[in-house]
Amino acid sequence: MSPILLAEQVLNGLQSGVMLFLMAAGLTLIFGVMGLINLAHGSLYMIGAFAAAAVAGATGSFALALVAALAAAAAAGALIELLVIRRLYARDHLDQVLATFALILILSEGTRWLFGSFPLYLNMPAGLSGTVTLPGGIVYPVYRLALIAVGIAVALGLWWLNARTRLGIRIRAGENDREMIAALGVDISKLYTLVFAIGAALAGLAGALVGAIQSVQVGMGEPVLILAFVVIVIGGIGSIKGALIGALLVGLTDTLGGVLLPELFKLFTDPATAAATGSAFASMAIYVLMAGVLIWRPTGLFGART
Amino acid sequence: MSRERLLNGALLLALILIPGWALYADEPFTITLATRAVIFALAAVGLNIALGLGGLVSLGHAVFFGIGGYAMGILASHAQSYTPLIEWPFVIEGTKSMPVIWLVAIVASSCAALLIGLLSLRTSGVYFIMITLAFGQMMYFFAISWPAYGGEDGLSIYVRNGFPGLNTLVPIQFYGLCLALLCLVLAFNARLMRSPFGLALDAARQVPERVRAVGLDPRRLQLVALVISGAITGLAGALFADLNRFVSPTMLSWQMSGEIMVFVIIGGVARLFGPVAGAGIYVLLEHLLGGVSEYWQIFLGLVLLMVVLFGKGGVVGMIAGRRRDG
Amino acid sequence: MSMKTLLAAASLVAMAASAQAEVKIGMITTLSGGGASLGIDTRDGFMLAMEAAGRDDVEVIIEDDQRKPDVAVQLADKMIQSEKVDILTGIVWSNLAMAVVPAATAQGKFYLSTNAAPAQLAGRGCNPNYFSVSYQNDNLHEAAGAYAKSEGYTNPFIMAPNYPAGQDSLNGFKRFYGGELAGEVYTKLGQTDYAAEIAQIRASGADSIFFFLPGGMGISFLKQYADSGVDLPVMGPAFSFDQAILQAVGEAAMGVKNGSNWSKDLDNAANAAFVSGFEEKYDRLPSLYAAYGYDTANLLLSALDVAEPSDAEAFRAALKAAEFDSVRGEFSFDTNQHPIQDIYIREVIKEGEVYTNKIVATAIEDRSSAYVDECSMN
Repeated sequence: MSPILLAEQVLNGLQSGVMLFLMAAGLTLIFGVMGLINLAHGSLYMIGAFAAAAVAGATGSFALALVAALAAAAAAGALIELLVIRRLYARDHLDQVLATFALILILSEGTRWLFGSFPLYLNMPAGLSGTVTLPGGIVYPVYRLALIAVGIAVALGLWWLNARTRLGIRIRAGENDREMIAALGVDISKLYTLVFAIGAALAGLAGALVGAIQSVQVGMGEPVLILAFVVIVIGGIGSIKGALIGALLVGLTDTLGGVLLPELFKLFTDPATAAATGSAFASMAIYVLMAGVLIWRPTGLFGART
Repeated sequence: MSRERLLNGALLLALILIPGWALYADEPFTITLATRAVIFALAAVGLNIALGLGGLVSLGHAVFFGIGGYAMGILASHAQSYTPLIEWPFVIEGTKSMPVIWLVAIVASSCAALLIGLLSLRTSGVYFIMITLAFGQMMYFFAISWPAYGGEDGLSIYVRNGFPGLNTLVPIQFYGLCLALLCLVLAFNARLMRSPFGLALDAARQVPERVRAVGLDPRRLQLVALVISGAITGLAGALFADLNRFVSPTMLSWQMSGEIMVFVIIGGVARLFGPVAGAGIYVLLEHLLGGVSEYWQIFLGLVLLMVVLFGKGGVVGMIAGRRRDG
Repeated sequence: MSMKTLLAAASLVAMAASAQAEVKIGMITTLSGGGASLGIDTRDGFMLAMEAAGRDDVEVIIEDDQRKPDVAVQLADKMIQSEKVDILTGIVWSNLAMAVVPAATAQGKFYLSTNAAPAQLAGRGCNPNYFSVSYQNDNLHEAAGAYAKSEGYTNPFIMAPNYPAGQDSLNGFKRFYGGELAGEVYTKLGQTDYAAEIAQIRASGADSIFFFLPGGMGISFLKQYADSGVDLPVMGPAFSFDQAILQAVGEAAMGVKNGSNWSKDLDNAANAAFVSGFEEKYDRLPSLYAAYGYDTANLLLSALDVAEPSDAEAFRAALKAAEFDSVRGEFSFDTNQHPIQDIYIREVIKEGEVYTNKIVATAIEDRSSAYVDECSMN
């Protein structure tokens, strides 16, 4: 494999990591602040993608589609929080898992009922299509560079929110000691709804952005959900920095594993078998990574040490 | 007699009478449905030991279900094609005898549970949930892409395996076998809950520090619980593969883990007959709601949500009240 | 009334009742979840033919398998034991077919496949009660391989997900292409990001691409490939380019060549009637899954005109004779009860606002299946 190809694959791994970060950031925020495992996060991702596809199809504007995705996911998130999630804070993780699992069923089939079973059309804006040649000779799609930019912008925005705003102070305080900030007069229920809506909006944004280069169909959120959980566990729950590093690690492992493992096996067997075996191991790679990290650091890389 | 004892008795009676009626009314499919419910109940009883008693939320329990299933699939497929499993250093032939297959399934899942437990119990809380999920996913992807045993297509076993003295192809006889196993395991579980080990495990779930103060290691207790739990769920997996005459990687998927958890939670966590009630209700809903609408999963989700939000302690909890310890 | 009259009346009633004997067909297909569009098309095509025939002695029971093998087995058990169906059909996916078909045929029921036709059931696992009306799984990939060869490609890059159908697809392609490959890659099942594979394609110096990525995987790959700046000719089987997927991909799919045994522009009367009837009833264009469903229904009806399923020998012979108007034109079965048919190459075009396919070449004529010699029914 040439160095240029390897460099391009590393870039691909980083880009896929950045997209995962958008999902993971929302998830870790919700878990860190509210102590809630939210399996329905993948459905919010799907809702964002569907809203974007519907609006883009009706108006032809990708910008409007993104706004619609943010709004729809945030609204759905707020609604779910008010109706269901609110009753789960005091419950144990088990009940949260099952209740949000039930939400997945309702939201998935509900979306299929509204939009039908066929995949929807969503494409990137013409302005972001095409490729650009990076230094070193790598030909890279403009849209993917835009995605990386959005991811970095969101990371910076979340850092600023966390470290420099009042809301951020409340969020960090809430992660530390819920009862105390309630005692200090912060309206916990409004805070929680807001945080949930922000997390949901991030998921919806990810859904719309990624949906433009993948497929928009029912069930698109579940695989991403599992990956997002892997990311926040590796990074440490509640830590945005952990979510970013974890996401980049997972993206790199997934991409490079898929590319390098078959090459490794080619040293031992014929190309066809090497491709099949290498791919088999590559699909397990990120889970091996997560298990390894947890065995070494049982609360993730940047999680609170018990 | 406590309400819970009465409820348990009623459930057991239902498990005997309903298939009995189906036999009389010549409705073999009802017997098949009942068998499915009993096998799911067995898997859930296994999970309940780790989950309810031990407090270990294992989101990868399907891995044991699948290992049990594949133990059956691999042994039976080698037997039906008359090729040995391995030839060196000694020949291991396949087999179609249920008792042997069950033994292999139990041993295999126990070993897996031991390994997974040793690695996972270093973590706790949501990290434990995720690492168990990770192991489940690893096995799932491995099973899909390893072509030797069918990959995603799975393994078809054309004839049900044999049990000495019975014709296992007759639905009521296979059902009787599964029911007998379930009752055995339930009796074992009841004993376990009252044994010193069970009491210590329960304490470890509630207040680990006190258990440590007494000189016991909560982690060791939890590991044993996980191994027992995995063994039972593995046995259920072997039976499930026999019921469907088919095993495939879906038995290892996280959705399957979620379903087993649903049985436990709907029925009532840490209640003896909770998994039985939960599995029965789930199979009933799945069967009845399916005919109502193409979007029946919405209704299933709503029912689950209602049970979680408003049903305190699952169905058994709602009917029999709080758990009477002692 | 005397005893004699009573007996006569009773026997008349009995005869009338048996003359109304219903034939029950059980359709197990995927109607919910992500892959539902294939099952829905299969059902719609099947029912279009059934309703056009208007026979009230045939009952069709339709159930949703949710794409889960154990649910499919359950439903098959229910249909055989409870509903007492004579014929089963409808399964979309090979893994569900492998779970259901061997057991169903072993119990003496007929199974007609409207889609999945795995190699195991076409060769050593063939069975007198099992018919595939669609194709054998490898066929459409073989067509692409034949096309690659005839177009003079010398260095294709081939790609499929790492599961049995994917492995079969690459084998089918290689079987008819028979030359050198620029690369052979297995992706993860369910993978959605193909940037790494596209980078490999660019670096490999390939002159063409063959891929099999059903459903959402194919949509993702095509969109990303179209935006990558790599401009090589693309081929695949029709599964990646069916009517539903094309609308979701749009422009990115234009010009792609795909192997298929059916296309809406096949020039025969049955097909014209099918396409217009489907469009009128369901307000969308049919896909190849709908075409297979339609053909299966018509094959069944033609056999029912001649024999009852209860007379297995006669019914089987009637099915084998395949005396019906297939939308694919000429239709016959080989000894392993899989079709012998022409496989075409279609190209993705745009008609007005809708993306669809049109035939540009015949890739393989009178193609049977690679496993026919392994079947002991010769």
